[in-house]
Amino acid sequence: MVTFYGTELESRLMLGTSQYPSPAILERAFKASNASVATVSLRREGREGAGQPFWDIIQQLGVRVLPNTAGCHSVKEAITTAHMAREVFDTTWIKLEVIGNTDTLQPDIFGLVEAAQLLTDEGFNVFPYCTEDLVAADKLLGAGCEVLMPWGAPIGSGMGLNNEYGLRALRSRFPDVPMVIDAGIGLPSHASRAMELGFDAVLLNTAVAKAGDPVKMANAMSQAVTAGLLSSQAEPIEPRDMASPSTPVIGQAFLS
Amino acid sequence: MVNVSIVGAGVVGLCVASELLTRNVKVNIYDKKTKAGPHACSWWAGGMLAPFCESESAEEEVCRFGQEAAAWWAKRTNVINKGSLVVASSRDGADFNRFKRLTSNHELVSGKAVASLEPDLSDRFARALFFENEAHIDPRIALRDLTNRLNQAGVKISTAEPPKDSTKHIDCRGLAARDILHDLRGVKGEMLVIRTNDVSFQRPIRLLHPRLPLYIVPRGNGVFMLGATTIESEDSENVSVRSMLELLSAAYALNPSFGEAEILEIGVDLRPAFKDNLPKIRRIDDVIYANGLYRHGYLLAPAVAKQVADLLLDDTAGDFVDENYH
Repeated sequence: MVTFYGTELESRLMLGTSQYPSPAILERAFKASNASVATVSLRREGREGAGQPFWDIIQQLGVRVLPNTAGCHSVKEAITTAHMAREVFDTTWIKLEVIGNTDTLQPDIFGLVEAAQLLTDEGFNVFPYCTEDLVAADKLLGAGCEVLMPWGAPIGSGMGLNNEYGLRALRSRFPDVPMVIDAGIGLPSHASRAMELGFDAVLLNTAVAKAGDPVKMANAMSQAVTAGLLSSQAEPIEPRDMASPSTPVIGQAFLS
Repeated sequence: MVNVSIVGAGVVGLCVASELLTRNVKVNIYDKKTKAGPHACSWWAGGMLAPFCESESAEEEVCRFGQEAAAWWAKRTNVINKGSLVVASSRDGADFNRFKRLTSNHELVSGKAVASLEPDLSDRFARALFFENEAHIDPRIALRDLTNRLNQAGVKISTAEPPKDSTKHIDCRGLAARDILHDLRGVKGEMLVIRTNDVSFQRPIRLLHPRLPLYIVPRGNGVFMLGATTIESEDSENVSVRSMLELLSAAYALNPSFGEAEILEIGVDLRPAFKDNLPKIRRIDDVIYANGLYRHGYLLAPAVAKQVADLLLDDTAGDFVDENYH
């Protein structure tokens, strides 16, 4: 059984909490998604507890809260936000984002490793938002991370798994490290694919929040993650070039 | 004749008063100030009457009841019926397509049509959505016009405490009413007012963006309102550099001539909202509370005012009446 810093999660879907049409729809989407974890940002809302009414709504969802450092572009910002998150949500879990480029929102790997080291030294359980880069993954594990969160594609792009080869390589290089595909998921089939590849969970936000019907899409994502997980456990058949009939043809009256 | 006390002289309080007046009800209004001003969050609004655009992210009721707004306002203030225009930079084509899919009553127009509708947008956008049946008002003029009309009809806005006698009470205090309406939250919005004679627009322009929908509303005489952020925060005082950067760069993207505009005002306030971001009318201990208009103050205040009047006078519960609240 996979555990994330010693915690077993009932569902392998993690859902973000931003960009929903209203908190009421966010609540209904969470219910429909059966998600076990809610990520929440603090950087912009945070000043002196001003985001509390919204955070109360998140805490009342009844799922585990994974605060994030979304919107942080430097190690210093990320550390400050992590400290605030620990205080607000009373958790050592932190999804660490250190953004390196505003167009692609891709992680600044150097800042990420540095911040991860500082935070794990302070006792945080760091979930680093990283790329599929093997060396970066190795450095993050070296910095004390026990979970990795490689992207599928840039945040909010909905492109799915951009570099399947890279993700497969990462999965097989570190078979025992819990990994969550974070960012880039647009469709339930993307989420299924991530699970089929052997990733342990999927984290998404925009695909649900910005769908025309967020609640229905949340339900679809939930089923897709379950389907992908079951598939990865069910030892799927190998693809092959020639047909392999599922019923024998020899002995039938006519062969064509 | 019923005698009614309305507490709160923001857009909701004034609209309720105005609606009750047309039904021959004598009202008195109570507020901290005798005139609408920066203390009311409706002072900082955009004043777009854009029910169709709003259906991109709002519940169906916003579009349905919002369509009543322009006609209601037209009897009381100057309504500019020139529609609204929605554009996106070419790299945000996905957001444009999504907006088109989720809204109705629009026409997809070419760059040429954009240029004829708004010459100062020409050559910048190859396509746009034109919402011909939308309108806009100047919120501050609308508040002033409502107040003047009420004053002329003998309605006073008093800073005194509302009487504790047998008059009916309607509470339209916005976020201040959270002492009673505990599920009300504040959603931060920041805006700017700028002035330039180098650019002229006829109608509100929305610029789509993956994270922040921004709009610019012409106020006439070279003045533009630029809004607005929507942040789940109750910090009602501080305007962030990032918000200003985002709003101003949106204006700059629409037309670089905005780069030389003067900044006249920077505003920040909290919109009162319930969990579903829809207005609610509740009866608690003989007081009627009308609140939670969120980003849709001017768009939904007319419908809310009508429903408050219906509830008060005919005991009829409209869609925004929340009878199940405990």
